[in-house]
Amino acid sequence: MTRETLVPVAFRVNGAPYQLELPARRLLSDAIRHDLRLTGTHVGCEHGVCGACTVLVDGRPVRSCLVFAVSLEGADITTVEGCCDEDGGMGPVQQAFQDCHGLQCGFCTPGFITTITAYLDENPDPTADEAREAISGNLCRCTGYQNIVAAVQRAAELRASTGLGSGPGSTGGAGA
Amino acid sequence: MTTKMFGARIPRSEDPRLVTGNGRYLDDLGHDAYEAAFVRSPHAHARILDIDVSDALDVEGLVAIYTYEDLEADAASRVGEPLPLLIPHPTLTHGRTPYALARDEVNHVGEAIAMVVAENRYIAEDAASRIVVEYDFLPAVVGVEAARAAADLVHDDVPGNVAAVMVQETGDADAAVDAAPHRLELDLAIERSASMPMEGKGVLAEWDPDDRSLLMHTSTQTSTSVRQAVAAKLGLPVDRVEVVTPDVGGGFGVKIVHPWPEEVLVPWAAVRLEHPVKWTEDRREHFVSSAHERAQLHKVRVGYDDDGRLLGLSVRFWHDNGAYTPYGLIVPIITSTQLLGPYKPGVYRVEFQSLYTNTVIVTPYRGAGRPQGCFVMERTMDAIANDLGLDRALVRERNFIQPEEMPYDHGLGKTFLFQDGRQLVYDSGDFPASLEKLKKLVGWEEFEAYREQARAEGRTVGIGLACYVEGTGVGPYEGGHVRVETDGTVVVSTGLTTQGQGHQTMLAQIVADELGVPFDRIKVTTGDTRRFKYAVGTFASRTAVMSGSAVALTARKVRAKALSIAAEALEASEDDLEIVDGHVRVKGSPGESASIDLGAVAVLSNPLRYAFDEAAKRATQFASAADPTRPPVDAGDAPGLEGSDFYSPIRSTFANGMHAVVVETDPQTAEIKILRYCVVHDCGTIINPLIIEGQIHGGVAQGVGGALYERMVYHPNGQLLNASFMDFLMPYASEVPTVEIDHLETPSPLNPLGVKGAGEAGVIPGSAAIASAIEDAERIPIRSMPISPSELFHLRLKNREGQTR
Repeated sequence: MTRETLVPVAFRVNGAPYQLELPARRLLSDAIRHDLRLTGTHVGCEHGVCGACTVLVDGRPVRSCLVFAVSLEGADITTVEGCCDEDGGMGPVQQAFQDCHGLQCGFCTPGFITTITAYLDENPDPTADEAREAISGNLCRCTGYQNIVAAVQRAAELRASTGLGSGPGSTGGAGA
Repeated sequence: MTTKMFGARIPRSEDPRLVTGNGRYLDDLGHDAYEAAFVRSPHAHARILDIDVSDALDVEGLVAIYTYEDLEADAASRVGEPLPLLIPHPTLTHGRTPYALARDEVNHVGEAIAMVVAENRYIAEDAASRIVVEYDFLPAVVGVEAARAAADLVHDDVPGNVAAVMVQETGDADAAVDAAPHRLELDLAIERSASMPMEGKGVLAEWDPDDRSLLMHTSTQTSTSVRQAVAAKLGLPVDRVEVVTPDVGGGFGVKIVHPWPEEVLVPWAAVRLEHPVKWTEDRREHFVSSAHERAQLHKVRVGYDDDGRLLGLSVRFWHDNGAYTPYGLIVPIITSTQLLGPYKPGVYRVEFQSLYTNTVIVTPYRGAGRPQGCFVMERTMDAIANDLGLDRALVRERNFIQPEEMPYDHGLGKTFLFQDGRQLVYDSGDFPASLEKLKKLVGWEEFEAYREQARAEGRTVGIGLACYVEGTGVGPYEGGHVRVETDGTVVVSTGLTTQGQGHQTMLAQIVADELGVPFDRIKVTTGDTRRFKYAVGTFASRTAVMSGSAVALTARKVRAKALSIAAEALEASEDDLEIVDGHVRVKGSPGESASIDLGAVAVLSNPLRYAFDEAAKRATQFASAADPTRPPVDAGDAPGLEGSDFYSPIRSTFANGMHAVVVETDPQTAEIKILRYCVVHDCGTIINPLIIEGQIHGGVAQGVGGALYERMVYHPNGQLLNASFMDFLMPYASEVPTVEIDHLETPSPLNPLGVKGAGEAGVIPGSAAIASAIEDAERIPIRSMPISPSELFHLRLKNREGQTR
């Protein structure tokens, strides 16, 4: 069995351009984590159910464990690292998670943060029921979700108060 | 006085790192390591006739393939021996543990047969898929009933599939039941679930051939014991092995088991290959090769008086321990003892059998046998209330141990041992007060009016409750180390590990108060054997009790030393000094002149010859006129403003709580919806309410999952049919109710902080409380959990036909 053929691909992650040569079967999650060494994106199930590996591709949430990295030529990808503020500190969604104790082990959290970032771009002022609905595609085994629901609404408040009408999700690359 | 941190609702100091993607979980490390994949048995029970690796050998990027033969051939180590039986017990007469790689027989789907090491995981899996194993099939034993019937055996040399039979009794319970004016018998059942942390297990091992030392990272709940176990297995001196627990993506019990086969094999391969090796468990592997819990069948006999007071309780149960018993009998022992809850059972007898099946091993999952015990006792309480036509809360109240009866010895003069090998004695709790709070919180007395109102709207609702007592903070001990650096930073370490419980924050809160330093100057490390070598582990809701107490005692020691040094520097009496905001000062005189910061005290604590920095000058030998009659470091003293201490309690401390739940059941579809979920919780004094509430929320979610959604579905041939997140239904946000919480604080008299454990509590009464509520809504006895809408629908049909007891 001979060495795998490599396929060139170019995309942007958190605003930074990357040119890679990867095996065609390499998952986006593995490319982000192990080739780019952005390990904030986590893999919880490898079959697209848990949502821990969610990243934003051109502003929309995508399960990076279900996508081949080489299929993303020209894409703008945002990971949890791209949801930070300009100085690398906590962005509003991240700050909200700390304020509301929205995480315990923190493993699923990056997937929630990217998902919520994209959601708040669409719906900047959700009700509690809408907030719950927004996160109901991601699994968390620690928190029972109550504080994550609160964090969605807290994040909306923080975004409104800082005048951040749109987050990294809509720009497709906060670091750009 | 510095702002009091103990009891404060402060956000966690862990979070900024974790929410920005800067956590360091196992698979975030070792990018350049070789990666391992495993060939695992697709059969539940089979003899291995042959393993043919030839087709795998030409996979480009393959590094090595290992089978049992390779383990056996390594005579210098003990990797070829069975894995240890971690918790031996005299009644565990037929304990069995697996080999790291199957020797000649596999006993469950998922058991590891061969390890493949390659340049990356993709290639390792390519090679693994080309390894052909030839089997001779054996009949599979699946489920408690098949194990009990013993038509087939899991292990040839274990008659009847019985690993252990254990009996504890306080007298002749069956005679007491027979003599009672009222009697009931109940058959009960609980299905399998699992811890299912979002991060599976994982191991990274790095061998330094020059130093002949091993550095291992593993996603474990006990790094100190992994260190001992790996050193023993690999035949390495313990001081050549260090084990670090990085950030851990949840544990919930499964990661207390050790050493997992992979925790032996990965470092063993790293030593042989002289190259870092990593294994990251994938989700399917976690389903079929880690551990499950919960499955038990119970038979209850209970006798009671006209008021519903228990006179005798005799319980027999059958516990499915899976294919092996590495963790001993801890789960069924906990069930058998914690079943008693807050009640006086009259004369009590419990007997259990722990049975082998050809399924994944059974080891503690959050609650660890308590949810089953709680289910048994609370179903019994409801059955008594229904039998006598009494209010369910009243029957419970009448059986409560009263606060003035604390400490309460369940042995009634006889030996009756808890899971720590210590007498089952409750230390604290006020059960009547807790129940009062719960009834008020949920509106117990007003519920009938609500039921009527709902009925008028064509809706069916029910209310249920369940009470539990949880032995927490089991020994033998934990320790702490506290050092004040010369810049005033306080470095704290404890040996047990962290899986998301906020230990860094909670322990810093304790040290902040004890030492009088600002919270943000305290840095806490857990689970790193390079920093602290003596520890037991994180399980049984024990960190706040054990490590919390240990770091408090340690901080007190360091404080005493700081005061002694500062007294000399300030020419004051120690008794006149206080430490506020990291400064030692004369009480009541906050002026600069009579103050010295802890960093400077740390400098003075270490007499120096060399002034390596500006601050150090103060401690050098010509800096001040020292007492010429005393050596620079007094006998019995040591340099450095640091100390270490241990906490070892006489026995566990018992937390308690009560849950009430309101459900609505759909008349057509039998869908079960939780309308309200109320919790009254007593974990003694509270260190951080934010963290406690988080623990309760998460526990309740797992309780709801276990009651309504989660079960391991095994085919009779031993295939786990739902080994994915698609099919094993863990609750999403859409399934978990909002939890309403009230606290009662009855401090534990057993530890210096008055704390009791809180980690597992939320999950314990879930199935019991939800079953109670469904039964109340439907007026159909609920005897088995979890329950799906489909099962409830069929229960209704059976009930209408009068087939249900």
